[in-house]
Amino acid sequence: MSKMLALAASSVLLLSTAAFAEGSCAAGKTLTDGKFTIATGNPAYYPWVLDDAPESGEGFEAAVAYAVAEEMGFAADDVVWVRSSFDEAIQPGAKEFDVNMQQYSITPERDQVVDFSAPYYTAPMAVLVSPNATGTAPTLEALKGLQWGAVGSTTAVPKLSSIIQPDNDPLLYGDNADVNAAMSANQIDAALFDLPTALFLSAVMIEGSKVIGQFPADESDNPDQFGMLMEEGNPLKSCIDEALAALTDSGKLAEIEAKWLQDSTGVPLIK
Amino acid sequence: MTRRERYEAQQRRRSLVIAATSTITVLAAIYFLVPLAPGWAKVQQSFFNGETLIKTFPKLLEAFRINVMIFAWSAPAIAILGLLIALARDAKSPALFPLRIFGAAFTDIFRGVPVILTVYLIGFGIPGLGLPRPWNSPYIWGTLALVLTYSAYVAEIFRSGIDSVHHSQRAAALSLGLSERQVMRDVVLPQAIRNVVPSQMNMLIALQKDVSLLSFIGPVEIFRQAGVFKSLLANFTPYVGAAIIFLIVTVPATRYADHLMARQMRERR
Amino acid sequence: MPKLELNGVVKRFGERTVCDGISLTVEEGQMVCLIGASGSGKSTLLRCINLLEPIEDGAIYLDGEDISIPGLNLQSVRARIGIVFQSFNLFPHMTALENVMLAPRRVRGLTRAELQPEVETLFARFGLADRMHNYPDQLSGGQQQRVAIVRALAMRPEVMLFDEITSALDPQLVGEVLDVLLMLKRQGMTMVMATHEMGFAREAADKVCFLDGGRIIEEGAPEVLFDHPAQPATQAFLARALK
Repeated sequence: MSKMLALAASSVLLLSTAAFAEGSCAAGKTLTDGKFTIATGNPAYYPWVLDDAPESGEGFEAAVAYAVAEEMGFAADDVVWVRSSFDEAIQPGAKEFDVNMQQYSITPERDQVVDFSAPYYTAPMAVLVSPNATGTAPTLEALKGLQWGAVGSTTAVPKLSSIIQPDNDPLLYGDNADVNAAMSANQIDAALFDLPTALFLSAVMIEGSKVIGQFPADESDNPDQFGMLMEEGNPLKSCIDEALAALTDSGKLAEIEAKWLQDSTGVPLIK
Repeated sequence: MTRRERYEAQQRRRSLVIAATSTITVLAAIYFLVPLAPGWAKVQQSFFNGETLIKTFPKLLEAFRINVMIFAWSAPAIAILGLLIALARDAKSPALFPLRIFGAAFTDIFRGVPVILTVYLIGFGIPGLGLPRPWNSPYIWGTLALVLTYSAYVAEIFRSGIDSVHHSQRAAALSLGLSERQVMRDVVLPQAIRNVVPSQMNMLIALQKDVSLLSFIGPVEIFRQAGVFKSLLANFTPYVGAAIIFLIVTVPATRYADHLMARQMRERR
Repeated sequence: MPKLELNGVVKRFGERTVCDGISLTVEEGQMVCLIGASGSGKSTLLRCINLLEPIEDGAIYLDGEDISIPGLNLQSVRARIGIVFQSFNLFPHMTALENVMLAPRRVRGLTRAELQPEVETLFARFGLADRMHNYPDQLSGGQQQRVAIVRALAMRPEVMLFDEITSALDPQLVGEVLDVLLMLKRQGMTMVMATHEMGFAREAADKVCFLDGGRIIEEGAPEVLFDHPAQPATQAFLARALK
């Protein structure tokens, strides 16, 4: 399906003028020559992508994607979006995207199977509590006593067991929606998300819930850093890293973060 | 040894040699040819990583205890409810007509809806009504979802077992002056249950695997635990480990069910 | 007053009339044999008497009491009338002893211990003393059929019905079962049996009825009916049966 999309998009573009610098770093290294194919989640969530429409460039990851593409010499029209699941991304074999952006935390084990770009965001972990537990103090001691939940495929799971060490075994779910359902059913008191996701969920999805604290990114032994995921040994990696370095140096990346993730400040640190 | 016995012994040896040769050839072909595939190194790294297997296996085994636990309390509940539903569907007295309707609707609904949907709807839906802890536990409602679904299937098997008891058995029992209830309890049901033991064994095996569906609503059983490892390590080997643990349990059970089934076929003949 | 009396019994299965107005009287201690081709209505008639089949018309009287009134308590009537089937119909999941004890325990409300002496005597009398703890599939056909008779007798019935009980047996086993019937006759049991054993009917019956097409065509003492049948249909049947 995504292949067909890419094909259809590329054939359309043969008719228009491809404004692609032949001498650029990415030349000949992408899935489709002259195109930059980016995968995102299905669906993609706020604040990473607005309204599940990455083409708009609205939302943090969508904005970063277009900034990186521009830095690498691609026109906005040359960016092709596809969708992928987590498992597709880490399966061995050829990928149907150049890079995959859906808040992938960089871990050494994952790095053995796939490649990651330099981090484009360092996410603090935050605690979202159900309406019944909004009075919980933001201390490790108080958090231990709660019934925890998390998405099973995220780095929130090892964080829970290494830092919070809850008294009861946490319940784990397939995606954010199921964590919401469990919290609405009062089956869990608290869940661990990256801060922007936690804020989004408390504001939009679960009425009465509250983000009561965040873990300082620098204090935990390995802060959660999001990187673009790509096939192991992808030659594009150096180009992307170069582009990200340029965006960091110019302050553009910080600007994008401030625009889309400005709420991330003002949540108390957990002691 | 007669001429015929000698001939048959020779035939047996011949087929044994052929079977052994072809098996070895196929295994050798798999062993030597598969690694030649261009993606093999990556597949081996992702699916058959010995180091990952050793590292994750003990935790998987521990998580499997949750599966065993859920199985252990679901199975008797399913047997009892399944039998009651089967009896309700066969109830003849007009006063029990609503029970028959209920039994029919029950089996239609729960056989018609995918188990995972029932697990979601009951596992999140009923606790969502505002039950206090611990009565909103996903263990309770997830188990109920399994029990309802499997009872529907098990009830149908019990009914087929009841139908399989020859009507002359009923006539003989009635002629002795037994009531309908006594005939069912003392004569029909014991035979019906014995007739469907092999089929019910297969339901137990299916249940053992479907217990994993409860992972969708929170409990960290073996499938979820394997998924957590998969995500952390970006490696699918933990799933292979989970599959191995399932096979260790289900293969002997399946063989046993087949054995029971074969024995029953022999007896019927 | 006859022990058992049938008055114009009609039984239909859908469009097919299986018993077409059958009337019959059976005196206390009498043995009545029903003969006739397969499908002549003998088995169905016996099942009607035991109330296993409801009748469409007519009436059945036991000791002068109408037992065919719709809505009557079937169980209490059936407990008074025993029936033994061609295919034995023992309960395969029970031993011979359990087969025999089930109905007295459930219907008469007796315990195993209370029943033990009575049942053991019955088993011994029918030559089954060493077979009490066997399952049906461990018994020969003749033994199974005798257990089935014991099972019916354990309810202390007033009338016994036998539905071609030797038809499924190997020829060498027929004798042992028929001997049992003679023994019952000596003890004064009232019996109605459907049979193909013409020799036995002639020797043991007090009355023989020839059925054809759901009607009793001819009835009488065995020596009259067998030696001087009045009806052509009876003559034709006997010519075939005795050939």
